[in-house]
Amino acid sequence: MILHELTIAELTAKLASKEVSSREAMHSCLDRIDAVDDRINAFISIDREDALGQAEAADVVLGQGANQNDQPLLGVPISLKDIFCVKNQPANCASKILGDFRSPYDGTVVQKLKEAGAVVFGRVNMDEFAMGSSTENSAFGRTCNPWDLDRVPGGSSGGCAAAVVAQECFGSIGTDTGGSIRQPSALCGCVGIKPTYGRVSRFGVIAFASSLDQVGPMARNVRDTATLLGAIAGHDSKDSTSVPIEVPDYVGGLDVNLEGIKLGLPKEFLGAGIDPEVQSVFEAALKQYEALGAEIQEVSLPHTEYGVATYYILATAEASANLARFDGIRYGDRVEGNDPFSLYCNTRGKGFGDEVKRRIILGTYVLSSGYYDAYYIRAQKVRSLIKQDFDQALSKVDALITPTVPYTAFKAGEKTDDPLQMYLSDIFTISCNLTGTCGVSLPCGFTSNPKLPVGLQLLGKPFGEQELLKIAYAYEQSTPWHKERVKL
Amino acid sequence: MSNSDFDIKYVANLARIKLSSDQESRLGAQLGDILGYVKKLEQLDINNVEPMAHAVPLHNVMRTDEIQPSLTNEEALANAPKKGNGLFVVPKIVE
Repeated sequence: MILHELTIAELTAKLASKEVSSREAMHSCLDRIDAVDDRINAFISIDREDALGQAEAADVVLGQGANQNDQPLLGVPISLKDIFCVKNQPANCASKILGDFRSPYDGTVVQKLKEAGAVVFGRVNMDEFAMGSSTENSAFGRTCNPWDLDRVPGGSSGGCAAAVVAQECFGSIGTDTGGSIRQPSALCGCVGIKPTYGRVSRFGVIAFASSLDQVGPMARNVRDTATLLGAIAGHDSKDSTSVPIEVPDYVGGLDVNLEGIKLGLPKEFLGAGIDPEVQSVFEAALKQYEALGAEIQEVSLPHTEYGVATYYILATAEASANLARFDGIRYGDRVEGNDPFSLYCNTRGKGFGDEVKRRIILGTYVLSSGYYDAYYIRAQKVRSLIKQDFDQALSKVDALITPTVPYTAFKAGEKTDDPLQMYLSDIFTISCNLTGTCGVSLPCGFTSNPKLPVGLQLLGKPFGEQELLKIAYAYEQSTPWHKERVKL
Repeated sequence: MSNSDFDIKYVANLARIKLSSDQESRLGAQLGDILGYVKKLEQLDINNVEPMAHAVPLHNVMRTDEIQPSLTNEEALANAPKKGNGLFVVPKIVE
């Protein structure tokens, strides 16, 4: 048995029966990282001693007879995107500007994972401040796609997806502002869910665009993703945008019949721009859903083509405000100046990478006097139109079905000089953030030459994660894609 | 398509980001392209549409005004690039 290949469900069963220990599971991840991560570069850093210490503590609890029914992730090693605050651990958001910052507290998601028994370890790579779609914008070097090291893993949670697929951890927690969980899940071939806005607390998560950011899990299959989501979801008094709605049992009711389920195919997503191989893999997935009893019907989201423009105004505006805190005064690296003004300019000029600078400057511009109505307010109004499209479409069907990304993983460097082309890779994922609804990406096949994973996206109603996971699970269980493992 | 009234120097200054002249020309050109692209929103009729700030209807969330545990002075200053006497040290602000 190769431990690091197991799913979370398989591992927790073996932990409960004492066939393996949490320490062994953690060790197998560390050994795997030692064997492959010099090629993948998913991990920025790991506190091995702390990880093994947590695993040993979990073994004590397991020894007392506890199991996954008491704590759903008891003894399971889970990695975190470098955006979460973990007490006494570094958090850099893959930026230089945070220097040797160490978090003075645990964020809520970290606390909840620990309460669920997880061994929370490592900081995985990302685009700096979650700004990017390829995990190339990192001060810690780019992460490679495990299926083809010359290609990107997607982003911004590219380290999470690569680490899950390269079997360096059993699951990972990322964030999604415009597709940053779903897009890398698709390009690497794992499952990732962006929950509804307000479903998971963001306390202790470094903010990018506060009306769009949401935390979510990534794992090797739907059941594991559901287990992780159940552990981290819920209201938190420390995040006033979290919503006090009870967390359902995401795992318990997964196995359902899709007879009579209606899936909407947004006609604006089809046609031009989709890679032909991705298109044919997607069409096969649609046929599979029909074979499972689901009914596919065309729906319309007429404002789809305005999604990326709307997003890049609103997200950069919010980012320009959120990232004002990185000023060299209270934490992070400081570059001195003769007065506060030059200190700020020097610190931010040296500390931020190009993409972060671009976005802060764009956001500052669209909020600046004389341009606020023309850009920012207009974008907020278009956001309303996009939301209305979704409300109407989702009133007719149970979920929307689309490819997650119009193409497979692209080559590193291919889009770095053309930010607009990079932004357009989020075209299918971005609306879900603007509307605050939930979306999941799961593997639906591979292209043939080269062999690269293709992702299927399901978009659901607000707080409809349970329904969405059921629809994803039925497809997953009837297809072989989730069992494909990359050879490294 | 580029945006002619976009002044990279002026906006970078507003954003408190020092750019090299090379960065100014490169980022300026890229941002010009992006601003050209987002102009497509002008095609839409947005009369009588309400702006949307958040996906979920939000209300003020209040808690009772009671002291709750927080970071100690030492913890709050632990990451400070420069500190003294239990305070953050910054360049002189007032003459």
